[in-house]
Amino acid sequence: MSSTVPGSPVNPSKGNMKKTDGTARPEIEVRGLHKSFGDNQVLRGIDLEIAPGEVVCVIGPSGSGKSTLLRCVNLLETPTAGQVFVGGSEVTHPDVDIDAVRRRIGMVFQQFNLFPHLSVTENLTLPQRRVLGRDKAQAAQIAAENLQRVGLSDKAGAYPSSLSGGQQQRVAIARALAMGPEVMLFDEPTSALDPELVGDVLAVMRMLADDGMTMMVVTHEMTFAREVADRVVFMDGGVIVEQGTPDQVIGNPQHDRTRHFLSRVLDPAAADVEEGKQG
Amino acid sequence: MSGAGSSTRDQAPDGTPTKSGLTRRQRQTLSRGAQYAIFVAAIVAIGVTADWDRLANQFAQADLAKQLFPDIITIALRNTVVYTLSGFVFGLVLGMIIALMRLSSVGPYRWVAGVYIEIFRGLPALLIFIFVGVAVPLAFPGTEIPGGTYGKVALALGLVSAAYMAETIRAGIQAVPKGQMEAARSLGFSHARAMVSIIIPQAIRIVIPPLTNELVLLFKDSSLVLFLGVTLEERELAKFGRDLASQTANSTPILVAGLCYLLVTVPLSFVVRRLEGRAGETR
Repeated sequence: MSSTVPGSPVNPSKGNMKKTDGTARPEIEVRGLHKSFGDNQVLRGIDLEIAPGEVVCVIGPSGSGKSTLLRCVNLLETPTAGQVFVGGSEVTHPDVDIDAVRRRIGMVFQQFNLFPHLSVTENLTLPQRRVLGRDKAQAAQIAAENLQRVGLSDKAGAYPSSLSGGQQQRVAIARALAMGPEVMLFDEPTSALDPELVGDVLAVMRMLADDGMTMMVVTHEMTFAREVADRVVFMDGGVIVEQGTPDQVIGNPQHDRTRHFLSRVLDPAAADVEEGKQG
Repeated sequence: MSGAGSSTRDQAPDGTPTKSGLTRRQRQTLSRGAQYAIFVAAIVAIGVTADWDRLANQFAQADLAKQLFPDIITIALRNTVVYTLSGFVFGLVLGMIIALMRLSSVGPYRWVAGVYIEIFRGLPALLIFIFVGVAVPLAFPGTEIPGGTYGKVALALGLVSAAYMAETIRAGIQAVPKGQMEAARSLGFSHARAMVSIIIPQAIRIVIPPLTNELVLLFKDSSLVLFLGVTLEERELAKFGRDLASQTANSTPILVAGLCYLLVTVPLSFVVRRLEGRAGETR
């Protein structure tokens, strides 16, 4: 997979680089974020900073509020209280142009959400033309570049329904990238995929991380979190329970809730039992 | 219908005759035979009891039928098609607007759209034709509905069909998965842009079969032009057939007009079934 991806500048020192050195302005900053759906308090005071180029994986049991946190960053959910800043400007400000904010934030969904009535190329060109006002030739060129990046140049004329889940998700990533976002949000990008298709999507995400994209990833892929994330955030019950490097949080968790969660996720048999209970 | 399901109980598994003396297969054959017999008996009964000579005399005079051509096609059928299409286009535009109002976050829009739909779905089309023909000129004296009869018919048919089409389109829009709007918004589309570029094109695909059905219904409802008072040149199929039937004291024109309706509605219904079949495959 990664062999088909042409060289955007790869930063070999990334693995060692600590981006949370405090001097740079955070790319994403969340302050005192609360979100309720009716009486259901989903987020109970979240504070989080993500530095430019940092890759943060958010893990936690279902219902812990991690997807809601992600959706608050690009205002797909309106926070009940608190502030969110992206690139230094407050997106939760009442006067903000939501559409302008979202142009700077790419989002990838669990269910891909490709536009089924458009071909793969049109999925990439229509948003560029309608939202960014790019002309046809420019949009087509950028679309082709990004399809090549995710290794799907040969599917340019195909329709989403003819693609596998993994291919659809890679197109969805390319569609978001074609808008030239500063930040990418991933909401359980591999949870709807057959196990054998997960690898291709993770490879694309790894490539993005190596290219220095700022990424916030809600995921259950512990191996990915361990190998790619600069920081892992564990959430439960609407709060951040603990965070740190992957080695700290996944390798040596400090809280019982984290240990309990990880034991279920890392032991497939136990996880299956848990799934069965919920289903 | 054949009672096959309930018969398993009183039948031995090896197919030997049960209490009633029949195997399951024999009972099925008997049941199907009985249905054919009833069908044939009904046809024969109608064939024998109807007075075919009088019917043919009243409805199937070949020379009378010949006189209807070409006017029944060039004037009557043409007008029917023009009335239907103009009403359909007007109704589609109005229906789209009402559907979007129905889904609006602005309360008064939703209420107005809801009231419109309830009123115009609940009224017979005939009353709306009379309303357009009589009440509108009374209410706005001196104003003419543009296009004369054609405008009036488009207005009346449009008002009727808009209510149905609005509900159909609303259902189509709501049938588009929620993730489509979220994906569009996350790419920076405004709500309106997302509706126009992403949601409505998908909704239209979903509602094409039911809207084509609505076209068939409108085609038939265009016969209500009868009640607006039209000139000779403006007559559509039903009026044309009825006029000539009373002129000639024979009902053949009615029969021919009916056949002209079927000439259009049957192929359209066929198209609807094809579209529905295809929609079922791709979903």
